[in-house]
Amino acid sequence: MSAVRKANLPLGEGIAQIGACGIFLFQILRAIPRSLRHLRETVRQVYFVGAMSLVIIMTCGLFIGMVLGLQLYHTLSIFGGTAALGTVVALSLYRELGPVVTALLFAGRAGTSITAEIGLMRATDQLDAMEMMAVDPMAYVVAPRFLAGIIVMPLLACVFNALGILGAHLVGVSWLGLDNGTFWSNMTSNVDVWDDILNGVWKSTAFGAVITLIATYQGYTTPPTSEGVAYATTRTVVFSSIATLVLDFIMTAFLM
Amino acid sequence: MSKPRDLQPAIPTDALISIRGLRTRLGDKLIFDGVDLDIPRGKITAIMGPSGTGKTTLLRHITGQLGPDAGEVMVDGQNIARIGREALFDLRERIGYLFQNSALLTDFSVFENVAFPLRQHLKLPEELIRNIVLTKLQAVGLRGAAELMPAELSGGMMRRVALARAIVRDPMLIIYDEPFVGLDPIALNQILKLIRTLNQTLGITSILVAHELAAVSRIADQIYLLAAGKIAAHGTPDDLARGETPWTKQFFSGEADGPVPFHYPAPDYATQLGLVGAKP
Amino acid sequence: MAQRQSFQIGTGLFILLGFAALGYLATQTSSLANYREGASYALKARFTNIGQLKLRAPVKVAGVRVGSVSGIQLEADKLDALVTLSLDKRFDKIPDDSAAAVFTSGLLGDQYVAIQPGGSPDMFKNGDEVVLTQSSMQLEELIGKYLVGGDAGKGGDKAAAKPEAKPDAKPDATPPNDKK
Ligand SMILES: Nc1ncnc2c1ncn2[C@@H]1O[C@H](COP(=O)(O)OP(=O)(O)O)[C@@H](O)[C@H]1O
Ligand SMILES: [Mg+2]
Repeated sequence: MSAVRKANLPLGEGIAQIGACGIFLFQILRAIPRSLRHLRETVRQVYFVGAMSLVIIMTCGLFIGMVLGLQLYHTLSIFGGTAALGTVVALSLYRELGPVVTALLFAGRAGTSITAEIGLMRATDQLDAMEMMAVDPMAYVVAPRFLAGIIVMPLLACVFNALGILGAHLVGVSWLGLDNGTFWSNMTSNVDVWDDILNGVWKSTAFGAVITLIATYQGYTTPPTSEGVAYATTRTVVFSSIATLVLDFIMTAFLM
Repeated sequence: MSKPRDLQPAIPTDALISIRGLRTRLGDKLIFDGVDLDIPRGKITAIMGPSGTGKTTLLRHITGQLGPDAGEVMVDGQNIARIGREALFDLRERIGYLFQNSALLTDFSVFENVAFPLRQHLKLPEELIRNIVLTKLQAVGLRGAAELMPAELSGGMMRRVALARAIVRDPMLIIYDEPFVGLDPIALNQILKLIRTLNQTLGITSILVAHELAAVSRIADQIYLLAAGKIAAHGTPDDLARGETPWTKQFFSGEADGPVPFHYPAPDYATQLGLVGAKP
Repeated sequence: MAQRQSFQIGTGLFILLGFAALGYLATQTSSLANYREGASYALKARFTNIGQLKLRAPVKVAGVRVGSVSGIQLEADKLDALVTLSLDKRFDKIPDDSAAAVFTSGLLGDQYVAIQPGGSPDMFKNGDEVVLTQSSMQLEELIGKYLVGGDAGKGGDKAAAKPEAKPDAKPDATPPNDKK
């Protein structure tokens, strides 16, 4: 019997999961008006989900910027185009790497902790206890985290991008001796606020929504055991990474 | 089978909760197979039975966390499976529920845990919240622990904080799911007194799930014995202590052999060990 | 209480930092940085071919940015490209016989409009047209020129047939090769 269920797993189970996730999203959206009563909870979650991810985001942003600086300087120098270093770094960060890498880091840092936290609340009956105290866990626990994810992701991506630019500047200008003026003027004449920067902002907002949706869903439906919580946490990372990349492709293909 | 009906007293007219013909299946297992039960107002009703028979599940039916497959659960005149979410939440605001494993909110201190139902539903001045919470914590003997986090408490202390939280809004009904587990004799005695005081002075209806027969007998007005998906026995503590049916006899004397199987259903022991039949 | 306060402060700081980063990206690393110039005045220039010139491409005098391309249109009757240049008010001392040319930064870089100052005592004013222009140097044309030989190449070059093609722009006509 278990063999039959395993055989069904990839397709049937996958579609069922997506469906359940969609219903869950609908429930979150319905709970959002009620969650505004617990605004303080949303503020708290912005702190947990956002401020706590800041260090890893800033570190990774700086280093990715530095690596991009090195790699692209090398590549561009083949064509004698090192003047475009600022532009190339900025565009690849704003349009792709910023949102996507931030999302992957966010899934690992904040997504897992959301899943583990809600899963543990499920396993220790805290969600049931809230229901029994006539407090809707969808409005008190899930919706604030979802909102926090949507607020936080674009901000984190911007911080990531800013640090990335600084990293590339550090390598390109201070280290490899590119002209400071060239670096910036080339960038400023090619980067567009709407097409490039805000495009990345929309992307990262969407990623934030998808990751927190998956993370809260996995936590909320965890089997109430420590094993269940562990599996759910892993699934959050796997599913939200895949979802991020798929969504990234879709958004890149259709929105640009 | 035995005839539990014989023991049933006349149906109380002022039942706060009445359950008729409850049937529930969870997974592959039939948990309830036609349960009838009445909880009179202002009384303490104990529900006892072997672990895994569905006592907690029964409580979840009463609070509407779980819907029955058949039968009806009436609470305060309303069919709990039919009323909408709003009405259900209104009802729950008047029910205190002590979870079997406390279920304290790990993010909040003891004080904030007890204050949680107040803050969520009432706009009270901070001063008043403080007074109410400290009063309730005093009642369970943990006023001094107000600023501790749940992780810093022992199981018994958590149970008492959860109790303080369950009674903080002075509900009409309090449901205690195994409140005595993990309590030392002193705390047990105090909690027992508290349950009785709440019942006698405020007239709060109480449902008590517990295994401690001696403790239960001291405060319960009536006991339901739940076994194998049915009400196996019902009556006052004295009635049941006389142990007229095989169910009660076995349960209260704690024997492995009797109508309540101690063993989970399994193939024959000797066969499984290969002592019989396997080798000729 | 104190705990709650620190959450709010932390959250506030985080949001401020995020928006500061967004503001930094938007105003310092994008074309918005070039709109800081404030007041500007517009010049028009006609080119037979602008190559890869794009909106917001820089306009430079002596290699220093003085403004940007703010409009590109096709003139329906002459089939010329009409380019609007938006120059910073600070640079209003550009002689009105100066020439404009579409150049490429580096071999494969982006294109920009270079203004080569003339010697007239009168200066450009808002709305003036830059009469002397030189079109973008197309790589294909260059190759064609060298292959076929100077004269034949000249004959095939439409730009050369126009009166606007200035001989003194010629030394600058091969910037891509000037790699030192
Ligand atoms: N969600 C569920 N799905 C399947 N079986 C369940 C579920 N919840 C409880 N059960 C089963 O129901 C039975 C009764 O559980 P419970 O009410 O917790 O017993 P207890 O009387 O000890 O409180 C147990 O055998 C348990 O395995
Ligand atoms: Mg139980």
